[in-house]
Amino acid sequence: MVRRKKDSDSNDNDKRPIHRKQSKKITNDDDEESSTRTPSGTLQVRNKMVRQLLYAKLKRSKSKSKLKERKARQQSDEPREEPKTIEKKRLRDETWVDENDQETLDDISNDELNNYFTRQADSTEPKLLLTSQEGFPTSFTNKFLKELARILPNTTYFQRRHHPIKRIIKKMNKLGYTDLLVVNEDHGKPCTLYISHLPEGPTMKFRLTNARLSKQLRSNRGKSCAKLTVRPEIILNNFNTRIGIRVGRLLAALFPHDPQYKGRHIITFHNQRDFVFFRHHMYLFKNEKKVALQELGPRFTLKLKSIQHGTFDALYGEYEWIHKPKHKMDTERTKFFL
Amino acid sequence: MQHDDVIWSVLNGQFCSYKQQKSKTQIFCSNEYNLTGLCDRRSCPLANSQYATVREEKGILYLYMKVVERSHYPKKQWEKIKLHENYIRALKQINEHLIYWPRFIRHKCKQRLTKLTQYIIRTRRLMLKKTAKQELVPIKKKAERRERRHEEKAFVAANIDRAIENELLERLKKGTYGDTYTFPVNAISMDEEDEEVESDEDEEEKEKEQESEEEIEYVEDFDESDAEDMEDMGDDMSDEEELIKSIPSSKKRSLEIEYEPAVEIPVRGAERAGIIYCYATRDSVADDWHVDKLEFKGSSQSQRFLFYDRALRRTSSSTEKLE
Repeated sequence: MVRRKKDSDSNDNDKRPIHRKQSKKITNDDDEESSTRTPSGTLQVRNKMVRQLLYAKLKRSKSKSKLKERKARQQSDEPREEPKTIEKKRLRDETWVDENDQETLDDISNDELNNYFTRQADSTEPKLLLTSQEGFPTSFTNKFLKELARILPNTTYFQRRHHPIKRIIKKMNKLGYTDLLVVNEDHGKPCTLYISHLPEGPTMKFRLTNARLSKQLRSNRGKSCAKLTVRPEIILNNFNTRIGIRVGRLLAALFPHDPQYKGRHIITFHNQRDFVFFRHHMYLFKNEKKVALQELGPRFTLKLKSIQHGTFDALYGEYEWIHKPKHKMDTERTKFFL
Repeated sequence: MQHDDVIWSVLNGQFCSYKQQKSKTQIFCSNEYNLTGLCDRRSCPLANSQYATVREEKGILYLYMKVVERSHYPKKQWEKIKLHENYIRALKQINEHLIYWPRFIRHKCKQRLTKLTQYIIRTRRLMLKKTAKQELVPIKKKAERRERRHEEKAFVAANIDRAIENELLERLKKGTYGDTYTFPVNAISMDEEDEEVESDEDEEEKEKEQESEEEIEYVEDFDESDAEDMEDMGDDMSDEEELIKSIPSSKKRSLEIEYEPAVEIPVRGAERAGIIYCYATRDSVADDWHVDKLEFKGSSQSQRFLFYDRALRRTSSSTEKLE
């Protein structure tokens, strides 16, 4: 049994109560001998107990000073600083589109979706085809696809059954379809969405997450959503960069022009930090300052993975943009592409 | 000099690195040039100075031949001959090249050719199947976890319902909905609080009440449940109609742009008060009034609710529908 030699032992003769401070004092002298300063300037104390005490003291003093500053700030009349959000700290993007830049706007409007937006005769009414991946979809994906077919106007759900996509596209061109949507799944849940605009439009691959059927939404109380017979209004939020606007145009081109306001259906694609949230609501104006929203219909989140020129051609297509985490596209927390 | 027997006695007796004896019955040879795959005096490529094999490389079959004359050129030891794609022609090729060779080697080469062609056909068929086309991509746990977290944070930051509401209200302000919504959307009223707006409505209602009072006294006491009164009212409607229609349009609030009500009947019930708008027509002055539409608007609501429409009725009597 080893008895630790305390400082009190040596001071017994004094018959004075040993205060903490005093004992620290003593050790402080030892400190200067037993502790060292590293090249960067931090104090390195060998004794663990002493080290811990010192650190606790340091922390306490720091928090005290912080509290003081805070109180001073609160009592003074300075305007509060704006809270820092990631959106505010977003890295300056060169492709951010300025509304006044006519040249870029012209450039944007002359893309493949031009026909739809300028209301050319053939392309005004979108006709969509919705399929799954090769084989047979599982139950949840099946339900999800059928719901999508009910919500998106003028859509047919087509059973894939080993038909190769290129053949499907050929047929669609003959029959006058405008868009192809393919939903792939993984582990029973839908995981990828391909949107291919048909005549010669871009193909975009999205990662689909958090898909909820209308039955699962609390606001619906367990009932599924009925078929949308009315032309809904569309909201596209926060599509700012060149890529973002391209995505926004593609999504908008899935829906027919001239929404019917009396129907009060609204479909939203809200982009936040590169995640596009899809929502389907029915709204009601209570007065000119309040709106009531009821969520119907499915909801899901999309994240853009790649944009490819031309129709679906995964191997030999020309890719405009691919998200490559391996090549360090993900390193900055404040860098967004849409 | 090549002493095959010496080599064999060493390999067999002492040590051969290609020898695999995993089972008690069979000894295998893992040398890639081995014809049969077994560790045998006749099959060992090291212990036979004259040897031949058939091997497959990327779907193409080759005949390899080794002769004594090249035994001291290790680099040039194996002669590689590309075999024909056609199975029968390939067999003929083997017969040609191995014409005076020991029967064993010739036979085994042909057997090996058969096996390999079958293998190639099977591979091709598998490649065309769905399972081969699917590219198996590993899931990176960390990346997945990070993405899920980013999504949650983005969802919180988005505040989607609020964003949608704001957008809708902006559209309303801009006037994209036009006349569909009947509450005043001008700059002045936007600054007023809700209570003020309501009080305006109340004032208007009172005005109308007073106007109708001048003509007919019993309007105030009218209740929803008193259906018979509606028919009695028919005679007096003409007066009211004329009165209300004579109100200059400037007095009519923007509420009433779309429809001009024929009769407004203020009602009060247990829960709330409101106005019933009654539209009626008659074929001539002598005929009875027929009620076409009845709409109700609560005092705090902005929109009217149609609760009776003559065009949708099933029975001929209109009074039944009122209940």
